Amino acid sequence: MTAALRFDPIRLPPECEQLRKEVRQFLADEIAAGTFDPHQPNREDTDAPEFSRRVGERGWLGMTWPKKYGGHERSFLERYVVTEEMRVANAPTRRFFVADRQSGPVLLKYAPEHIKMDILPRICRGEVCFAIGMSEPNSGSDLFAAKTKATKTDGGFLINGTKIWTSSAHIADYMIAIFRTSPPTKENRRHGLTQFLVKMKQPGIQVNPIGQITGQFEFNEVVFTDYFVPDDHMLGEIDGAWKQATSELAYERSGPERFLETYYVLTELVRAVGPKPDTRSAEGIGRLVAQLHTMRRMSVSVAGMLQAGKEPVVEASIVKDIGTIWEQQLPHRVRDLAAFVEENATNRETLENQLSFAIKTAPKLTIQGGTTEVLRGIIARGLGLR
Amino acid sequence: MPAPQAALRQALVLAVAFPHHAVQEKIALRVRRNCRARCQFKMGNAVAESENIVAETAEKIFADLADAQTINSDKNGSWKAPLWQALTESGLPLSWVPDDLGGSGASLAEGFSVLSSAGRFALAVPLAETMLAGWLLAQAKIASPEGEMTVAPASPRDRITLNADGTLSGRARGVPFAKAAKHIAVLASGASGLSIALVDAAAVRIEAGLGLGGDASDTVTFSNVAPITTKPAPKGFDQTALMLMGGVARSLQIAGALESMLDISVRYSNERVAFEKKISKFQAVQHNLAKLAGESAAALAAATSAADAIANSTSFDDAFFLEAASAKIRCSEAAEKGAAIAHQVHGAIGFTVEHILHRYSLRALAWRDDFGSESYWAVELGKLVADRGADELWPLVASR
Repeated sequence: MTAALRFDPIRLPPECEQLRKEVRQFLADEIAAGTFDPHQPNREDTDAPEFSRRVGERGWLGMTWPKKYGGHERSFLERYVVTEEMRVANAPTRRFFVADRQSGPVLLKYAPEHIKMDILPRICRGEVCFAIGMSEPNSGSDLFAAKTKATKTDGGFLINGTKIWTSSAHIADYMIAIFRTSPPTKENRRHGLTQFLVKMKQPGIQVNPIGQITGQFEFNEVVFTDYFVPDDHMLGEIDGAWKQATSELAYERSGPERFLETYYVLTELVRAVGPKPDTRSAEGIGRLVAQLHTMRRMSVSVAGMLQAGKEPVVEASIVKDIGTIWEQQLPHRVRDLAAFVEENATNRETLENQLSFAIKTAPKLTIQGGTTEVLRGIIARGLGLR
Repeated sequence: MPAPQAALRQALVLAVAFPHHAVQEKIALRVRRNCRARCQFKMGNAVAESENIVAETAEKIFADLADAQTINSDKNGSWKAPLWQALTESGLPLSWVPDDLGGSGASLAEGFSVLSSAGRFALAVPLAETMLAGWLLAQAKIASPEGEMTVAPASPRDRITLNADGTLSGRARGVPFAKAAKHIAVLASGASGLSIALVDAAAVRIEAGLGLGGDASDTVTFSNVAPITTKPAPKGFDQTALMLMGGVARSLQIAGALESMLDISVRYSNERVAFEKKISKFQAVQHNLAKLAGESAAALAAATSAADAIANSTSFDDAFFLEAASAKIRCSEAAEKGAAIAHQVHGAIGFTVEHILHRYSLRALAWRDDFGSESYWAVELGKLVADRGADELWPLVASR
């Protein structure tokens, strides 16, 4: 018998509805004040530090963390609501998103107390931006081929090497990175990598922007030359980063950002089509909405399992696998249907601009944060095939 | 766009009011009496850890009397009578009929879990149809008779008319298991609105047909047929409500069949050797099976979510329509993609009548057609979304 997949029909609890209203009102106010334009999805390289602070003031960062670190001890499902509302509104979340989703939880689990007390409250206030230092020029999906070295020195480590495709490194205050502290062993090629907290904007780190096919510069090359990391910035076990990576994947892979990245083109298509669609448009929209609804139900279900303390790694990988393929295909399906939109539709230009951007964005969606191929490998393992 | 809200609200109120402690005792007793040795089932999925004795009862009966391999090798159909008898004795076909109308009074949720299980076994007897018929009759407080039943119409495009003299006219196509049914539960429209009627199957003309899965899918013609009983449908109940309920039933069955297709495909890939290794070790095969798992998961999530929406909602609105229509659309799409992968993994052996794969794959494909196809519901859902307007799409999707 294969491992049974579970996607229980989780409903958001009533407290989420009040929260959702508050988030929508907040975002409407921000839009009215000109902080961002919800019709302009090309926000990827937009840094909005003031917006980030205001989100923190509302208590929407570090929502699930302990209060002693500035957190709010709310549920994953409440965090889910905030995340999806921000994503759908095309809010500029770049500054806080990684810290809130991923880096904070890693620090909570592995950082020494004084570092937690120092950094976590600042994440909660929306003051600090994090990057993730995983990929290297010759080590992408094959994480354990990383070569950037951390050499033991007095009171810490000296870092030498290069990380690449590092989103937000140009604005980040910190990076959580894996560096090689020992060579791999014959028995375990995953051995020898250690997770570190890295303070950016210091001597010994050079950040070089890399242009993307969308015309943006949101990822970077990060070169370390004799960069010093103190001992207390090591996160978790030395040589044991491989043990620490997997449980975080469920958080990273199943969120609303894994199927809503290009959602805006669907809204714009519905606007362009108007209240009385022809049969072809109606059918096309209906199929897309059915997919969207199903993806969300799956994603909420995984959030519910996380809230219940489970580690639904395979389910989360399935959500990211089919969710990212859906958001990748969405602009192309909308383009199919847009061919039938009236020439004089008032939002025609907006739709075309959005489509152009979404189609250029689409290829990365099935690569970042775990490629389709890696995910299917994880699912296959869960099925007992490897 | 027909408004399903009011219709199903009424249906729901009735259904939720069903007492369901009685059936558990009844079924538990019957299980103990009749199914002493039926605990060897291997389909250990969600239901194995089910808190639900009704689903467990069903699963035990299916495992004992509806084993795919046994049925597939049985050329005379001798498996059918004992299976139906065991189902009848357990009270499962009338799960959704309250005690005082002759049924078992199980909850909607319990009945839905029976349908998931029936899908996992690609069950080829009119259990879902009898359950739906009993449910439809109960909407008008019509007692359910013993024996197999089905419902008409089974397509959103067919209409049955209630004439002024109390007889029924019209034609319903693609009615599942009509030939096997003793009675038909009918939703008909007359001058004073919709009525629900119980009709003797011997009184109608039935042209036998076969669906993709090899199960009966018949054309039923009503030529001034006098029903056994006719009562007005509850206020707000309409054909959309019936089609959505039937569609959710089929969605659960499809999701169940996909779970089994995934299971037997994984097992086969771990047995079959080619190029000197198990085919499960080939990355191309692994990725195909991972995709099948994704389709199976999507179908399961969509179908169980819609079933949960019916079972637990207190009001029926656009969000409910979104749930039920999406389930039928997404499960039907998953049936297409999933069945193709399951067959691809099996190669030629899966294309033979001797192999059990087709029992699941063809039924999942056939179930797409009942109670409105995915393209029908996609058009309806698209119209609803367009009518609400672009800025109301996200609030609809995020409403639960």
